[in-house]
Amino acid sequence: MSERLLGLLAEFADAEQLRGAVLRARHERYADVEAYSPYPVDGLTEAMDIGRAHLPFWMLLGAIGGGGFTYWLEWYSAAIDYPINVGGRPAFSWPAFLPPALEMTLLWAVLAGLLAMLIGNRLPRVHHPLFSVRTFDRASSDRFFLLLRTADPRFEPRRALEFLRTLSPLSISEVME
Amino acid sequence: MSAVISNDALPPVIEPGQNASTITTEISAITLQRPTGWLWIFGLLISLALGALLFVGICWLLYAGVGIWGINIPIAWSFAIANYVWWIAIGMGGTFISAGMYLARQPWRNSINRFAEAMTVFAVSVSGLFPIFHLGRPWFFYWLFPYPDVMNVWPQWRSSLEWDFWAILAYLIVSILYWYVGMLPDLATLRDRAPTLAKARFYGLLALGWRGEARHWMRFEQFNLITAGIAVALVFSVHSMVALDFSEGLVPGWHETIFPPFFIAGALFSGFAMVLVLGIPLRRCYGLQAFLTDRHIVNMAKMMLCAGLFVDYSYFSEIFTAFQSMDRHDLAMTLHRLYGAYAWAFWGTILFNVLNIQLLWFPRVRRSHAAVFLISIGVLIGMWLERFMLIVSSLYQGFVPSAWGMFWPTFWDLAFLAGSVGLFFLMFLLFVRLLPVLSMFELRKLAHQSGSGGVERGGEP
Repeated sequence: MSERLLGLLAEFADAEQLRGAVLRARHERYADVEAYSPYPVDGLTEAMDIGRAHLPFWMLLGAIGGGGFTYWLEWYSAAIDYPINVGGRPAFSWPAFLPPALEMTLLWAVLAGLLAMLIGNRLPRVHHPLFSVRTFDRASSDRFFLLLRTADPRFEPRRALEFLRTLSPLSISEVME
Repeated sequence: MSAVISNDALPPVIEPGQNASTITTEISAITLQRPTGWLWIFGLLISLALGALLFVGICWLLYAGVGIWGINIPIAWSFAIANYVWWIAIGMGGTFISAGMYLARQPWRNSINRFAEAMTVFAVSVSGLFPIFHLGRPWFFYWLFPYPDVMNVWPQWRSSLEWDFWAILAYLIVSILYWYVGMLPDLATLRDRAPTLAKARFYGLLALGWRGEARHWMRFEQFNLITAGIAVALVFSVHSMVALDFSEGLVPGWHETIFPPFFIAGALFSGFAMVLVLGIPLRRCYGLQAFLTDRHIVNMAKMMLCAGLFVDYSYFSEIFTAFQSMDRHDLAMTLHRLYGAYAWAFWGTILFNVLNIQLLWFPRVRRSHAAVFLISIGVLIGMWLERFMLIVSSLYQGFVPSAWGMFWPTFWDLAFLAGSVGLFFLMFLLFVRLLPVLSMFELRKLAHQSGSGGVERGGEP
């Protein structure tokens, strides 16, 4: 384990403090800020200005792909590959082919959305440097955290520490890589 | 306190004084700290015994064939299909509570969605066994799937039984994913609070490394919102397919356009009943009074009454339509249903699904947990009887009197029914001990919003 500083982690007691801290950090022109909370905090993504995720696009693509392929397969198998003439009824009886295509539309939308969420979030990742920070255990129950990364061009250890102190957090920890 | 809490004389959706710390401590303790209670062990033993009975039944069925059941040629469906429809319907209620109420911004659903979703997953898993083992040669069930094979045959896409396969497949996978993804933040909580390394590893692997980053939450919420919309569409489409298994057939009593909406109402009705049957003891045994308040029981009872009235209307409409059409086959079937050999099943359905629920009009009854629990049990029995009645009373006296017959359940019919109940409760009991039984992160948000008065009309996404 190389002891390189990844960033500084400040701990807060409630969501409003965290949102305020994010706004302050952005005001100080820190670009690489990350916030952690035990539940989705309204207005936090707006404060961080991280834009929007593109899940709806991928889910739509999954829906069209899954439903379209199923419908195509039904047409191909029943009208081209193995048509059966039952009293002159059409081989491609399109309304009867809708239900399986509908179900696969819904299924593949969700599967594509799941993939997009996991890839976008870089999960699964079972280990992370943050997990070695003792205070971070409470990020999943009742504490809120702000991380300033050393990768940020604005980051300068002493100034960053001074800045975090002005936010009056409960604690400040170093995150080692 | 806020508007959610004070809009009528009902108790709050979450007890005042609860905050993120207390919610986390109390709910994660059920999984991590609490000793295993004797009631849980007792329930597990009974469920295991019934599950073992189902296992023996399945082995015997694979060896001897479906003849071990009482089915015969006029009545080829009976218990297996009644059980299938009953279980998948119960699942629908869970999805609707979780997803439908999420879209409708009902914050009180945050206390029940997790175990309602779990109920859905287990009920759908159990239900899927029945159509497969009813196939006659269940080891060929994969023929339903269009795979490239040397026989060069394809599934019959026009059959509602084929539609059913796709519907169950999509519904099972989507409900598992919706449940599991929604659980990730809570699994992370259990990982971070685990007292031993083994437990931390177990929950750590399940949590996939969830850290609660703002970016994570953003995608997570987007996924949940859209998946909720899709799940509601699935509830309606999947149970319509189940209904089409019946109404695509030319059998009097099945061949009716009212079936899809009628089945969906019945599904929500029995699903709400099962949520109450699970929720009331769960609340008592694990001391969840702060999160599952009287408000939840009352609301659920009202929803069950509402869904039940739709079902009751459908009963009325079916009989009315038969008499209004003056179709002799339809009329004969209706008279057989009302006064024939299986009249007890019809009147039993009326007793449990029509008369029983009228008690819920009285506020005093809705507030009594014991009464609501018993009425819900009655609804579950009534909904099973209804499926049985729809199947046998339509089949046993068909168009040709020479092909009339009766169905008598065998020991194995009853064993499969009891065994499926055992398997369901086995899975549910394991869920209660191993996974977060209430949604902690949603309750934290709810407590935060009701604490700061931020909840006007719900406050979800």
